[in-house]
Amino acid sequence: MKQTEEKTKSGSGQGAKREAKRKVTSSRTAASVGAPRGLGSRTDKQGRQMRGAEAVVASLEAEGVDTVFGYPGGQAIKIYDALYDSEMITHVLARHEQGAVHMADGYARATGRPGVAIVTSGPGATNTVTGIATAYMDSIPLVVITGQVPRAIIGTDSFQESDIVGITMPVVKHSYLLQSTDELTSTFREAFHIAATGRPGPVLIDIPSDLAGSPMVFEYPDEVNIPSYKPTYRGNAKQIRAACRLIETAERPLLYVGGGVVSSEASAELERLVDMMGIPAVVTLMGKGALPASHPLNLGAVGMHGAKYSNLAMTETDLLIAVGARFSDRVTGRLSEFAPAAQVIHIDIDPAEIGKIREAQVPIVGDVKGVLEGLVEQLEKDGATSRTEAWLQRIAAWRARYPFYHPNVGDDDEQIVPELVMRELSSQLDPERSIVTTEVGQHQMWAHQFIDRERPRTFLSSGGLGTMGFGFPAAIGAAIAKPASQVVCIAGDGSFQMNSQEMATAAINEVPVKVLVMDNRALGMVHQWQKLFYGERYSQTLLEPVPDLPKLAAAYGWEGERIEKPSEVAAAIARMLASEKPYLLDVAISAEQNVYPMVAPGAALDDVMGAIDVAVGAVRTEVPEGAVAGTGRAQKATARSACAQIDAQFGGRWESDPADKGQRLDAATVQERFADEEGGAA
Amino acid sequence: MKHVLSVLVENKPGVLSRVTGLISRRGFNIESLSVGPTEDATMSRVTAIVNADEVAYEQITKQLHKLISIHKITDLTDEGAIERELVLYKVNASAERRNEIIEIANIFRAKIVDVGRNSLTIEATGDGEKLKGLEDLFRAYGIKEIVRTGKIAMSRNSKE
Repeated sequence: MKQTEEKTKSGSGQGAKREAKRKVTSSRTAASVGAPRGLGSRTDKQGRQMRGAEAVVASLEAEGVDTVFGYPGGQAIKIYDALYDSEMITHVLARHEQGAVHMADGYARATGRPGVAIVTSGPGATNTVTGIATAYMDSIPLVVITGQVPRAIIGTDSFQESDIVGITMPVVKHSYLLQSTDELTSTFREAFHIAATGRPGPVLIDIPSDLAGSPMVFEYPDEVNIPSYKPTYRGNAKQIRAACRLIETAERPLLYVGGGVVSSEASAELERLVDMMGIPAVVTLMGKGALPASHPLNLGAVGMHGAKYSNLAMTETDLLIAVGARFSDRVTGRLSEFAPAAQVIHIDIDPAEIGKIREAQVPIVGDVKGVLEGLVEQLEKDGATSRTEAWLQRIAAWRARYPFYHPNVGDDDEQIVPELVMRELSSQLDPERSIVTTEVGQHQMWAHQFIDRERPRTFLSSGGLGTMGFGFPAAIGAAIAKPASQVVCIAGDGSFQMNSQEMATAAINEVPVKVLVMDNRALGMVHQWQKLFYGERYSQTLLEPVPDLPKLAAAYGWEGERIEKPSEVAAAIARMLASEKPYLLDVAISAEQNVYPMVAPGAALDDVMGAIDVAVGAVRTEVPEGAVAGTGRAQKATARSACAQIDAQFGGRWESDPADKGQRLDAATVQERFADEEGGAA
Repeated sequence: MKHVLSVLVENKPGVLSRVTGLISRRGFNIESLSVGPTEDATMSRVTAIVNADEVAYEQITKQLHKLISIHKITDLTDEGAIERELVLYKVNASAERRNEIIEIANIFRAKIVDVGRNSLTIEATGDGEKLKGLEDLFRAYGIKEIVRTGKIAMSRNSKE
């Protein structure tokens, strides 16, 4: 039918009409996004008699899955037996089920395709829980297949039995306990469709082993029919027009870019809107890469460890356009003082996100890509032009005054300053063909601040759940998905030790991932909080003795080295990147280093500690005295008594530049002050 | 504020725990719950009463809508819907007071379903107020046990 239709059209020569039609069909729908990426029903296994386990593998093939990550066991043995014959699917054997799921997650983040993990019942299944929860919080499409004990003995506490469907219920988008081989193929089709469409997420399929052994006829469906699941892709036209009216009249608009832009592949559309209307953008950890770091209107990191200028922009904006972002507490700070002057346009495919944290004046439920397209179209139709010049100037002044980095901060010959390591790595990475993953902690925030990304899907980090142990296996998954890309995991010594066993996986599969460990022999982020807010009572955050990490890496057949001097950084990073093997670079940093700037938990977003202020000599301001690190000079200042330091922290926290606070919302005063300083600084 | 939620769900194992798990996970207590099959064998109807303010209630329903197993959610709170519940009361009843209790039950159109030497078991259906009134009266005699089905609700025809 479709073919004939097209034929008549092209025959009639109505080129323009056909073009218009193509435009409509090119926009994303649930059906197009969720369609099998493989042959679907056209696979040559269609109609064949086979066992359930073979049908599992055939289903994965029909979905176009090329790589699965997993770990076998008693109740998965039949599936693994069937996998033995698959020519299409490569299985990557992890060394822990958690690692397998994070690898599948890294694969999914790097490609946008659902990642697939296969594990056995009981402990195999429970070991996937953290990985599934990580993917759920960050809206990553996964299909996790767990073996289950035979149906006849479910519920009898049999060996390696666990109710994994029950255990994972709060952290999956959907889950299935397979009840019959009749449902097998439709369950797989639905699982892949649900994982990839709407707000993506993990789907779990629990397969009792007796079904894996049962005979069946393989009939793979191409379409799904789930009446209760119809995600809204097309944004409401009336709402889009309402949003345009706000955008056209706003004086200080700000885009707040989240991971939804990445998952909806809307980078180009976003950039068009930014360029057309001159709207600056702040980017969350999950949104990193959605807008090129080199774009002049990209203000980068926002929130707890965001740039002061990003946070000030967030506080003073009169129109906040949230795009695929969910107002996480790590971004908003104290809600009552978050973007107090702003009207909000909130674009999200998940209606439950809209109004959850912050009321939206113009909510738009829909696929970010299509909605942004619609916005640009409408703005063009209206002949809208940018009117943000004054606003951009103000932001530029903040940017000049509160830079993320200043040589003063890295000026130290004795110890390695983390910010410098990040800058060096960022400059040596190929911006087009590299992927950076992170673990969770201080190094993650430094990476967020200093690693520049030009493309989406090149910065992979556990944003929502904050899973230590995610970054390294995710790097392996990403490297397998994108063999042409250089993949570097930025880790801490704490996080890396949570899944370091996966070094075996990288070595055996010859995956040349690089791990750069920011090694402070401490749980740095908690240590920092203990320093700033808990009177330097370092309860259980000192990890010494940490194993000799390069030696540990060598034991797995890796290359690696440890560096301790600032002068060694550049060359060591170059050696790491040049290596063709998996490589661990252990960078010694001090546990006294803190991540700045910082908005204390629960504080207002513009209540920033430790931002660099050029106006007062390019030093960090509003830092609790004694808790300063990052410069050689300041390091020496910490050699004071503990009591004096605590006094300084809780007594003198706000005693710094008195001209630098108080006028939070008074735009006129702020403008006046910057006018003065611009003159002075020049 | 109390909300009466009528939720049409897939009639499959585990669906009830998805629904109740989600409500409790978001921090709400379910005051009353009843579940049963519907005119369509593949569907079940869950009637739940939760106590939540408007913002929280909106969030619960939006989150419920995201569950793949849920087909439809109807809010029957403000619709003057028909609400019913069935309650069994086991009331202390000595031989000399038995008639009083039977009389009360008759006034409320409740049924005596079991008679013991020292107690009566009464079955009553109705809306919340009626059942509360009955319970208050029985309390004077001493209630040994109460079992309730949980409320069910249906919208009125006048809306169609």
